[in-house]
Amino acid sequence: MSDSPTEATKQPPMKVVKLRHPWRIVFAVVLLAAVAVFVIDAAQREAFDWPSVGKYVFDQRVSMAAGYTLLLTVLAMVIGVVLGIILAVMRQSPNPVLKSIAWVYLWIFRGTPVYVQLVFWGLLSTIYTTVDLGVPFMEAWISFPTEVLFNAFWLAVIGLALNESAYMAEIVRAGLLSVDSGQHEAATALGMGWGKTMRRVVLPQAMRVIIPPTGNEVISMLKTTSLVSAIPFTLELYMRTRDISVEIFNPIPLLIVASIWYLAITSVLMVGQYFLEKRFARGVGVRPDAGAGPVTASMSAVELEQTDAEAAIGAKHGGDAR
Amino acid sequence: MSEQTTGAVGEGTATTDATTPMVLAEHVSKSFGSNEVLKDISLEVKRGEVLCLVGPSGSGKSTFLRCINHLEQVSSGRLSVDGALVGYREAGGRLYEMHPKDISKQRRDIGMVFQRFNLFPHMTALENVMEAPTQVKGVSKAKAKARALELLARVGLAERADYYPAHLSGGQQQRVAIARALAMDPKLMLFDEPTSALDPELVGEVLDVMKGLAKTGMTMIVVTHEMGFAREVADTLVFMDGGVVVETGDPREVLSNPQHARTQAFLSKVL
Repeated sequence: MSDSPTEATKQPPMKVVKLRHPWRIVFAVVLLAAVAVFVIDAAQREAFDWPSVGKYVFDQRVSMAAGYTLLLTVLAMVIGVVLGIILAVMRQSPNPVLKSIAWVYLWIFRGTPVYVQLVFWGLLSTIYTTVDLGVPFMEAWISFPTEVLFNAFWLAVIGLALNESAYMAEIVRAGLLSVDSGQHEAATALGMGWGKTMRRVVLPQAMRVIIPPTGNEVISMLKTTSLVSAIPFTLELYMRTRDISVEIFNPIPLLIVASIWYLAITSVLMVGQYFLEKRFARGVGVRPDAGAGPVTASMSAVELEQTDAEAAIGAKHGGDAR
Repeated sequence: MSEQTTGAVGEGTATTDATTPMVLAEHVSKSFGSNEVLKDISLEVKRGEVLCLVGPSGSGKSTFLRCINHLEQVSSGRLSVDGALVGYREAGGRLYEMHPKDISKQRRDIGMVFQRFNLFPHMTALENVMEAPTQVKGVSKAKAKARALELLARVGLAERADYYPAHLSGGQQQRVAIARALAMDPKLMLFDEPTSALDPELVGEVLDVMKGLAKTGMTMIVVTHEMGFAREVADTLVFMDGGVVVETGDPREVLSNPQHARTQAFLSKVL
């Protein structure tokens, strides 16, 4: 900062010899060789049955199943995130009734395995055979069987979403807690109510903390969808590839096919996360005027004040308060 | 504000006119658990008056300031702003707790500036100033923007309107915070140690804006350690210690000729 350009040019630049890391190169070469051996070996191994992998990876049944898996993931996550935000906000609410509801919900849905929950959702139409409208414990006015209502796909979505919302609630709560209490106070002092403060001030700032673990949850959800056979819903990727492997009496190539699809979808989702993180990083990052320090900045402001003599708050620079 | 005076029936709080004090505290006490931080405070702030609250940390001056816009609830006593009790409605000799919505309405008319600025970091300076008028008062975006730009110009930051708080110096952030509070057209401004978190070289620019504001006739209560500012700008100086008002008076007199031993001890350290 203090060096003026003329001073800098006086001294010839010194030659810098970069630190070398020869062992890194050795390690990388060894690693590459090992990978090459594995790949060449794998390519020749009968058990992997690569022709079948190639045959089924773009099989319509498989790509349809991948579509279902993606749809399950997206729907369950969207509902899960929305419910999770509502639950987290309820837990932070000054209203003790809302607080308790959220706590009990979390206790149940986090405290039982998702597989067990999914089996329960599958048995819903067995437990509640009819939907009755009317006064409880009296004869119903209207009654219709629940089988019409419950379809395996939507039960899978609901089952996954409700379980997910309990975890999302804690992630969102962590985000809310990460926001400085002064933010809440400033918004309150401006006359904003609790709800508006949450929506406009606290949640947008919490998003930065919420998004990375949520990305984790999305990827985790993608794989958890393979459990919906408990409903049973069997059109998703894992069950579909298993069905095909039973047909051809060889599970290995179809496992590879399923893995390829899971990896492909995960990669796409990671790209989405990158853009979301960028969106919510507003206000943190590089200064637009990287050169100008606070001193020059305040000086330009003072100049501006002096020119603005008309303003009611014209700064009088005669006697400084200190 | 008519909605604030409705239901406020009682000695001296029935009507609002030019003689009604802007802030009237009568025997106000505040405890956090067993810790009594405000003890029987009685104070009056007239319209257009600039009152500086000074005292050692932990003396209760910030707590008192926060009680005025009900960020803290008083434990006993009566506290009213512009003739209306803060946070309560009085009827039939009883106090009724107000709904949070009504308390929010009261706060709209009271601007507050914090020690740590508390600007919204995800919004630009301009958006910070526009937020409350558009969200709370329902002012149109275009109108709010014009007004916000005018206010930012008043605090000397017109050219920084599109900067995020992280890209502004402390002094600039605090000036944006003042503009943000002014955007709600408050009748009373509260300043909670507005320069205490600033680098010494940036204190002056914030105090200049506050001096200008005082000249417009704004009623201001300023918790501060800046004795020079108090001497120059304040109409009244209140010295607090241990939750009580120790001394009140004209700042020039109190600062140069303190009557109470505790005031003398404090001033000998800070002046």
